[in-house]
Amino acid sequence: MANNINLTIDGIHVSVEEGQSILDAAKKIDIKIPTLCYHVDLCVAGNCRVCVVESVGRNNLIPSCATPAEEGMEIKTSSPKVRRARKDLMALLVSEHNTQCTTCYRSINCELQQLAAEYNVDNDIYLSVLKPTAKVDKSSWSIEKDDSKCIRCQRCVRTCAEIQHVNALAVTERGRDMKISTFMHLPMNEIVCTNCGQCITHCPTAALTERRYYDEIWEAIDDPDKYVIINTAPSVRVAIGETLGYNVGERVTGKMVTALKKMGFNSVLDTDFTADLTIIEEANELLVRLKKALVLKEKVALPMITSCSPGWVKFIEHMYPEHLDHLSTCKSPQQMFGALAKTYYAEKIGIDPSKIVSVAGMPCAAKKFEANRPEMWDSGFQDVDAGLTTRELGHMIKQSGLDFFELGESEFDSYMGESTGAAVIFGATGGVMEAALRTAYVVITGRPVPFENLNIIPVRGLEGIKEATVKFENCVPEYKFLEGVEAKFAIAHGLINARQIMDQIVKGESPYLFVEVMACPGGCIGGGGQPIPTNDEIRKKRMEAIYAEDMDKPLRMSHENPEVTQIYKEFLVKPLGEKSHHLLHTKYRKRNRY
Amino acid sequence: MPYSRTRVVDVLFKPLTTAPYEILRKTIQREKKDVINELVDSGLRGRGGAGFPTGMKWKFAAQQKSDVKYVICNADEGEPGTFKDKKLLCEVPRKVISGMAICAWATNATKGYIYLRREYRYLVAQLEEELRIYHEKAKEMGLNFPIEIFLGAGAYVCGEETALIESMEGKRGEPRNKPPYPIQNGFLGKPTIVNNVETFASSAMICRIGAEEYKKMGTADQRGSKLFSISGDSPKEGVHELELGMTLEAFANEFGDGDTKAVQVGGVAGFCIPRKQFKTQIIGEGNTTGGSTMIFNSTRSMYNVLHNYLDFYAEESCGQCTPCRIGTQQLLKGIEAVKSGLKPPSYLDQLIKLSETMRITSKCGLGQSVTNSFSSIVQNFREEMIF
Ligand SMILES: Cc1cc2nc3c(=O)[nH]c(=O)nc-3n(C[C@H](O)[C@H](O)[C@H](O)COP(=O)(O)O)c2cc1C
Ligand code: SF4
Ligand code: SF4
Ligand code: SF4
Ligand code: SF4
Ligand code: FES
Repeated sequence: MANNINLTIDGIHVSVEEGQSILDAAKKIDIKIPTLCYHVDLCVAGNCRVCVVESVGRNNLIPSCATPAEEGMEIKTSSPKVRRARKDLMALLVSEHNTQCTTCYRSINCELQQLAAEYNVDNDIYLSVLKPTAKVDKSSWSIEKDDSKCIRCQRCVRTCAEIQHVNALAVTERGRDMKISTFMHLPMNEIVCTNCGQCITHCPTAALTERRYYDEIWEAIDDPDKYVIINTAPSVRVAIGETLGYNVGERVTGKMVTALKKMGFNSVLDTDFTADLTIIEEANELLVRLKKALVLKEKVALPMITSCSPGWVKFIEHMYPEHLDHLSTCKSPQQMFGALAKTYYAEKIGIDPSKIVSVAGMPCAAKKFEANRPEMWDSGFQDVDAGLTTRELGHMIKQSGLDFFELGESEFDSYMGESTGAAVIFGATGGVMEAALRTAYVVITGRPVPFENLNIIPVRGLEGIKEATVKFENCVPEYKFLEGVEAKFAIAHGLINARQIMDQIVKGESPYLFVEVMACPGGCIGGGGQPIPTNDEIRKKRMEAIYAEDMDKPLRMSHENPEVTQIYKEFLVKPLGEKSHHLLHTKYRKRNRY
Repeated sequence: MPYSRTRVVDVLFKPLTTAPYEILRKTIQREKKDVINELVDSGLRGRGGAGFPTGMKWKFAAQQKSDVKYVICNADEGEPGTFKDKKLLCEVPRKVISGMAICAWATNATKGYIYLRREYRYLVAQLEEELRIYHEKAKEMGLNFPIEIFLGAGAYVCGEETALIESMEGKRGEPRNKPPYPIQNGFLGKPTIVNNVETFASSAMICRIGAEEYKKMGTADQRGSKLFSISGDSPKEGVHELELGMTLEAFANEFGDGDTKAVQVGGVAGFCIPRKQFKTQIIGEGNTTGGSTMIFNSTRSMYNVLHNYLDFYAEESCGQCTPCRIGTQQLLKGIEAVKSGLKPPSYLDQLIKLSETMRITSKCGLGQSVTNSFSSIVQNFREEMIF
């Protein structure tokens, strides 16, 4: 599209497409305008007003994020009038804020703090109007909501509505009492919240944070009676560097493993191991369903949908409780890991499982809730004792005093430390599908998937819903029933897209056999536990890192993982076997829509 | 020349001698653009507060290309001390409905709504009956413009036209960013003309008596007549139709109790005019056209008056934007702090600056206009703020 609007900003000429905002235009010529309620992922609200600029000829200032550029505009982004107004607005925000940066979880990663510091706001101009009634809601396993740190930018509200279509958060009351609340002001653990944590990563301040568990973990590490195991998810290694001063997209896998070992974790293992295991179980589950449907003509729920994203699982439990049979019964890799850590692994290394503290390092806020689901006690103990986010792990590494830059690289410990490239790509949207296809195709036809370097490009990328069609030809005898079948698959990320898939299923119009759903946009690399900020530019870089990690792996199909082969031989016996059923599969529950 | 005497007129409430909807029937036989031009020529400004020229609004709306356009009659009347719109709807509903129908016909609008203040819901039955008659007449005239009543959400800010539209769409009544304006992108994304009840009634009357006749009333800046809801220290509280253009002195002489200290013109969003400016200040000129006028005599504490206003604002702001949500609280706390000695009198100047920031950065008219009453009261009655 042609640039057809011409304007000047601070004396510099710029042309933009019709409909673009003054803020967009300023970005184009590298003029920075401060913002707070604006977030690239979200629709424009224009309520914080810190992005105001002067348009020559107009008396009132205008919000640059919410005002379309107009032909001939003369904009000043830093005139005395603008600077004064902006500083005043910052002072107002601070006067309503529980400014406790020294003890705040978001300190040095807080948009309010940064702007207030840039403008050197005088704390004493205005009286404090912080509500004495503002309280912290710690009821949820995953999300902590502290109204005293909220600047009412409504980014969380828009996130939960526009990205997740959950609408768990809403604005209530008016005027001085206006605040962000929940349905009937219920605590966070009693509402439809999926615990995805997207509101956290979109919050500019510490008003929404993950519930933190690292103090408990340090305690366990310090306890000589405890054996503390940590497993880290694939997308942690491509993002944790951001919390430690690395550029976005830099992989720090080896250093992270070294750090965790030095911090005192007794075993540092890889969630990728159970990601590979998930593929084996899930691919077999799908094949059983297909056989039932195509050969035995039984009624089975198709498409089968992945279940490794606990935010998604809680979403479907709330929103589509009649359709839970579409979910794969496979636990998420985290929960498979936990169940095996206190059984198989404990046996292998000869430790009493009651002494094991099993920790999961995750890109995710929902996995904290998942770890605490009452059904997740299949090992005889709570399978996963705590889920930590990438951000918490970054904090712990800083607390440990290690000089991360100087650390050498190490490998994950063995038994449940080995993984393939297929498991690594679990971290990106489309990854589970790609990993499943790499293995399923071999099982069905005896040949690898017909894509160059096994890279199934159509399932990759940030499009909201992606589709792929695979035709099975020359199938092995056992799967002759799939001969010539053109199987359609879909991948959705962001729950608003998942809703589209589900609405098709409800109407009986879904053309797919297998669907991958991830609650968070971009998949786990954009998870609610990942470093802040997260946006598409950053998601892309983390994704590239994931696919680079995949290419570096000598083995790239889950069924090739030697430790997976070993665990079936020594312990699980066979996919979907009795032990698998007990430890690796689960049930879901119907929840209310409100 | 301003008038030194108030002139009570009777245009809006005068009973019509013609048959129902005669004005409408006659008007829609004319050329659309002639009617719009006549309205432009009449100089009528919106009576809802912002004072935008009505003819121009209709003209822009007529130019919008869309199969669907809406006309909304703003009967939210949330301003404390105002009840002029209710009186119009009760006593001369046909003038209001005619105004809406003429507007729709002239701008090719397809559907109309009366956004009725929730507290006025007891009027619904009566208005439904009026609308039934209107729909019958409209059918006879071949005019296809149905009108429906929509009950308001019950907040002052929902009278702001974009908040009103949001609430009609089932959302929280928060004002939108402008542009786009409702006539470009309003209810359900379609061009929408929002006018005040009195604006529609006045438009109908202009169609009846003609712009020439209408222009004979008022001054160059303020044409015609207008309803004033008069309250406070007045022996003549109530709704009065006055010709525009009189001085405040004339107004105070007519409606005050002989001891008038100040007059708040244009409701809480307007200005407070002290006695020393009564001679030169013309009512309505340079300030807002909202309906409420409050008269204060010398027994009133202007601190209390301001405190009440600020309390109202801090309560009724929708709360979405920083300057208005927090600014209103700061102004309120600020004058309390000065009064109690917690802050020095010079803090009042800081607060006036703050109200100026609110004016230039707030999202809607509510936050933008707090400074009007705030600065005019603090500047003119400073010692009352301090002692
Ligand atoms: C806070 C606020 C409240 C308002 N309340 C009303 C109201 O109750 N009735 C009304 O007609 N206009 C009200 N307005 C003005 C409307 O936004 C709009 O300008 C008006 O309805 C347009 O009609 P007019 O041009 O006929 O005046 C309000 C504006 C603001 C900022
Ligand atoms: S949220 Fe930000 S500004 Fe508020 S206390 Fe925390 S770091 Fe400071
Ligand atoms: S965690 Fe997710 S579902 Fe819950 S409130 Fe936040 S965005 Fe909404
Ligand atoms: S909780 Fe965070 S994102 Fe939500 S309104 Fe408050 S500051 Fe904004
Ligand atoms: S100025 Fe006040 S009422 Fe208007 S949008 Fe802002 S907070 Fe809401
Ligand atoms: S960033 Fe533009 S108004 Fe908040």
